Amino acid sequence: MIQKNAWVQIQKTILEPSQRATHLPEETKKVPLLMWVKGHLMEPADVGSSVKIKTLTGRIESGILVCENPSYMHTYGAFVPEILQIDQIVKTKLFGGDSDE
Amino acid sequence: MNNSYQAVMARKNEIMKNSVGIDYTKYEYGTLAFDYEAMMNDCGNSLQQVREIQNHFGVGNTPLKECKNLTALARSVAKPGFGARIFIKDEALNDSGSFKARRASMACYQAKRLGFKGVIAATSGNYGAAVASQAAKHGLKCIIVQECYDSFGIGQPEIIEKARACEAYGAEVVQLSVGPELFYKFLLLLEETGYFNASLYTPYGIMGIESLGAELVEDCLKQTGQYPTAVVCTNAGGGNLTGTARGILKTTDHKIQIIGASVNLKGLHMASDIDFNKKSFTTGHTGFGLPFMINPDRSDVPRSAGRPLRYIDRYVTMNQGEVFFITEALAVLEGIERGPAGNTSLAAAFSLAQEMKEDDIIIVQETEYTSAGKHHQAQLAFARENGIDIHFGDPLDEIPGKTIVFPETVDLIHTQELDLDIIRKKYIQNQLTKSKSLTQDDLDFLVIETNTDIEFVLNELKQYDIHLEVEHE
Repeated sequence: MIQKNAWVQIQKTILEPSQRATHLPEETKKVPLLMWVKGHLMEPADVGSSVKIKTLTGRIESGILVCENPSYMHTYGAFVPEILQIDQIVKTKLFGGDSDE
Repeated sequence: MNNSYQAVMARKNEIMKNSVGIDYTKYEYGTLAFDYEAMMNDCGNSLQQVREIQNHFGVGNTPLKECKNLTALARSVAKPGFGARIFIKDEALNDSGSFKARRASMACYQAKRLGFKGVIAATSGNYGAAVASQAAKHGLKCIIVQECYDSFGIGQPEIIEKARACEAYGAEVVQLSVGPELFYKFLLLLEETGYFNASLYTPYGIMGIESLGAELVEDCLKQTGQYPTAVVCTNAGGGNLTGTARGILKTTDHKIQIIGASVNLKGLHMASDIDFNKKSFTTGHTGFGLPFMINPDRSDVPRSAGRPLRYIDRYVTMNQGEVFFITEALAVLEGIERGPAGNTSLAAAFSLAQEMKEDDIIIVQETEYTSAGKHHQAQLAFARENGIDIHFGDPLDEIPGKTIVFPETVDLIHTQELDLDIIRKKYIQNQLTKSKSLTQDDLDFLVIETNTDIEFVLNELKQYDIHLEVEHE
């Protein structure tokens, strides 16, 4: 159970596939338009239940409770070694063959 | 109130009018013409006022830096005597990390002046952070609406980072899955909150960039004693190029070539739930650049103040692999780590410099911040996770959405030319969908909009069944 006033993220369907705009690619038209938004939970609730939140601008939004304290988990990703090869190409061209020594 | 998709879209003009404080119908004349300069003047602050306002709110006056090692690298593969000096305007040093602070500063200033309690912007790019940052200074509430995830909830790392930045500046971020109906939610939010529409495409969003054009001419004269030969602008919605060119024109009569550069994303559909996470650039690409040049009024306001065809002299594309390559070169040769999208014009300048003499100057008019998610390392890792084949070879072989090809050797970095006359003709063709009956005013408008002459326009009109309400000899 997540407590009232906790900082949470919800998900909501804005448009069902049947309500979507015309002239969309097929793969987009067959899925709903979804929204994610964060705010303070207005009543205690479990993840997965329908809830209302108060957002930072004071708006009330409703949707399915996704999580408490949503985190920023984006990173620099798995290392891409080709980047080192780029370094070698440009340094060798500019400074000569011994730039890696 | 009926909030169905159709009902909300039907009230969009009314919502827009209330949310930007501009009655666009006032500027319409002829059957398709509109008075662009009158719109800019009516909403306007002079260039001097823009600079004063921006100075007050900590925007602009970024350094112009010469990239001597990149210039030397370009010269190493250029013909003898060729290889212009490459400069970058380091716009990443603005609060919020990009030139978008200039656009946001004027939008937020106007919102505050008109008494709005908050601002809303529909943007997945740096502009969101810029609006959030400027709104914070003005004590305005702020909502940023992003297209962020595919339908599986997989977010583009660059857009997730921008959401973080917006939230860091105190904004509420509304994130949506892929689709142009983002505009529907955007309209609903404008109506619900009564906030100001801090669109990228109002006159405020454009006049804020004029200071950038003015600064780069002044900086260049001060540092080198000469005018830039060419200025390269990364082009998406066209506002960057438009505002920069207008600022240059307001500062000097000296002819400076305006070159637009976009990442080539040919073949990827911008509204595709599948293609969404197959591209490594979320802006500055042809998926925005071309449609907005052909129809600038497809933006989130009835008449866009970004009208690049009026100002552009040349339009080139770069492949994703080339832009990543130059982004890395900027870091290891110049010691400047910046975001990849803003470096699209740097990659173009690296190639264009080789067509120019050594005593010429080419200015790349922006850089952007980089970070987790945005960094080229992060974008390449994400591409690899999404099955994109990353390898060295000839960038011309790159297939957007399938491969990213780094140039095997430096001499393989080349701009690809887009034919502006074809784009101009498509622009005219698009205008004709609005009216098949044209007045003299409309003809004059088409000439100005396409930066051509009456012969060009009439010659193109011959191909269509058009009623001209004027006689032409």
